[in-house]
Amino acid sequence: MLVLSNLNKTFNAGTINEVNALQEVSLTIEEGSFICVLGTNGSGKSTLLNAVAGTFYTDSGTIELNGKDITRWPEYKRACHVGRVFQNPFSGTAPNMTIGENLALAAKRGKKRGLGWGLTSTVLQELKSRVKTLNMGLEERLDSPIGKLSGGQRQALTLLMSSWVKPELLLLDEHTAALDPKTASKVIELTEKIVTAGKLTTLMVTHSMQQAVHLGDRIIMMHQGKIKYDFRGEEKRRLKIADLLSLFDDLRRKDQIDAGVVELLMKNYV
Amino acid sequence: MTLLVGSITIGLILALLALGIFISFRIFDFPDITAEGSFTFGAALSAALIVSGANPITATAVAFVGGFAAGAATGLIHTRFKINPLLSGILVMTALYSVNLHVMGKSNVPLLSQRTLFTWFESFSETVSGKDTLVNLIGWSVPAKDLWTLFFCLLIIVFFGLLLLWYFRTNIGTAMRATGDNDQMIRALGVNTKVMIIFGVALSNGFIALAGSMLAQFQGFADVQMGIGMMVWGLASVIIGEALIRDNSLGFVIAGAVIGAVLFRLLVAIALRWGMNPNDLKLITAAFVFLALVLPGFMKKTKKVKLIRTK
Repeated sequence: MLVLSNLNKTFNAGTINEVNALQEVSLTIEEGSFICVLGTNGSGKSTLLNAVAGTFYTDSGTIELNGKDITRWPEYKRACHVGRVFQNPFSGTAPNMTIGENLALAAKRGKKRGLGWGLTSTVLQELKSRVKTLNMGLEERLDSPIGKLSGGQRQALTLLMSSWVKPELLLLDEHTAALDPKTASKVIELTEKIVTAGKLTTLMVTHSMQQAVHLGDRIIMMHQGKIKYDFRGEEKRRLKIADLLSLFDDLRRKDQIDAGVVELLMKNYV
Repeated sequence: MTLLVGSITIGLILALLALGIFISFRIFDFPDITAEGSFTFGAALSAALIVSGANPITATAVAFVGGFAAGAATGLIHTRFKINPLLSGILVMTALYSVNLHVMGKSNVPLLSQRTLFTWFESFSETVSGKDTLVNLIGWSVPAKDLWTLFFCLLIIVFFGLLLLWYFRTNIGTAMRATGDNDQMIRALGVNTKVMIIFGVALSNGFIALAGSMLAQFQGFADVQMGIGMMVWGLASVIIGEALIRDNSLGFVIAGAVIGAVLFRLLVAIALRWGMNPNDLKLITAAFVFLALVLPGFMKKTKKVKLIRTK
């Protein structure tokens, strides 16, 4: 279970470029739940994910993962419990190392890395059988450098790597945004398979409403650093893409008028 | 021929330097100029210890530890205080200059009448092959002791090369290589990249100090200036190795660095014999590395132009 309480993050504080990326964000994600985070550009959805991953520290608020207060933990320490897939397919793998070596690195996530041989034959055997489940024929190419693979293949491998050791939380940061539509849908299929099979607690940032509607059991919509909508259960299941679009339009229209005016109008008409 | 054997021996000793540069430059992409200080530091520590009567093996081991500490300092300055890699190295290198003078007590320590690793090799040769024996090597007569020295140096470098190869295949070694390849990725897999960088730069400088220590013992003196230009020298060796062996797998790259170091030393020896002014050595080395860095990109460009023209 992930509990975020009153997270605040301001970038470039005190300058013209000041951005309140997160404002009093509180969120509880139950064990085994799969949440999609939607939002316009600059809404703070990626910031939220990075705050949880530990890319930076938040200005205030606390982050608790399964009872551990990880608010001040550095990124690498959180990574022992958190699996991550990045937007950029090149970010999640080491290009000049072989597929096998990359996977073997992932198999050691959160465990002690000592002077034991990395790619033993038992490890290799396990790698092969797990890579086979991807149905990409990569199990025969464990010796070739990962940099030679396509973005989609690399992203599929990153997904496999992030969930190799069952993470307490899986963070997906628009992980299909840089892929072509066909590859993207394949990676999404794989995501669903892996998350369901492992009953993984998942936080997925996406800008695809289709993905949000079809995947997971909860949708959160962010705007200007705040959580504006939170749909779950039956409400989430009934949600259509059109509904989400109209909500976005609402948010956009509200942007165009002054915040004070919005309050006044809301009081009088809603 | 004696000159050739001597050059190869020095080449093998400097192969340790090439391995160190390989770790910092190629594994971590960390332009580590600490090398210039730690090379001398290794020589200074060994020389001072040997003069005070220490066992040569102890003296050599201490050199490694000293270089390791110097590298760790550079890594720490870079990761902890976020100072750029080059500047971190310059700081430690500059500091080491004073340290080296203190360690040696003067700017040059002769070792000619001392017991070193190489006097051991020579006495081994005397017991095995007899005193002042000449060995016929494809028509040239070479002192047996020189050949034994060469053989021991070869053993040492093979040992360290294999050690490095093994290390970079272990779990922690693989994590270290990944740190240089994609630090974001390996951090997301729970590895403290700062520790990896500190340890990696330390290891690199340990090897470099070892090279300095052995060179001082071989040539019979340690000098406070002997580290100057060593980083570029090591880089030249690594580049030659890469050009010769176009295989990216770890074993080949390490072997390439060693072969490159020997070849580069031979090239220099030949050039000097042909009458090149020794004063020009560093200028030419620098020019060579510059060309080696620029040429591949330049050749790609001209190839592209040709392709376009033929179309």
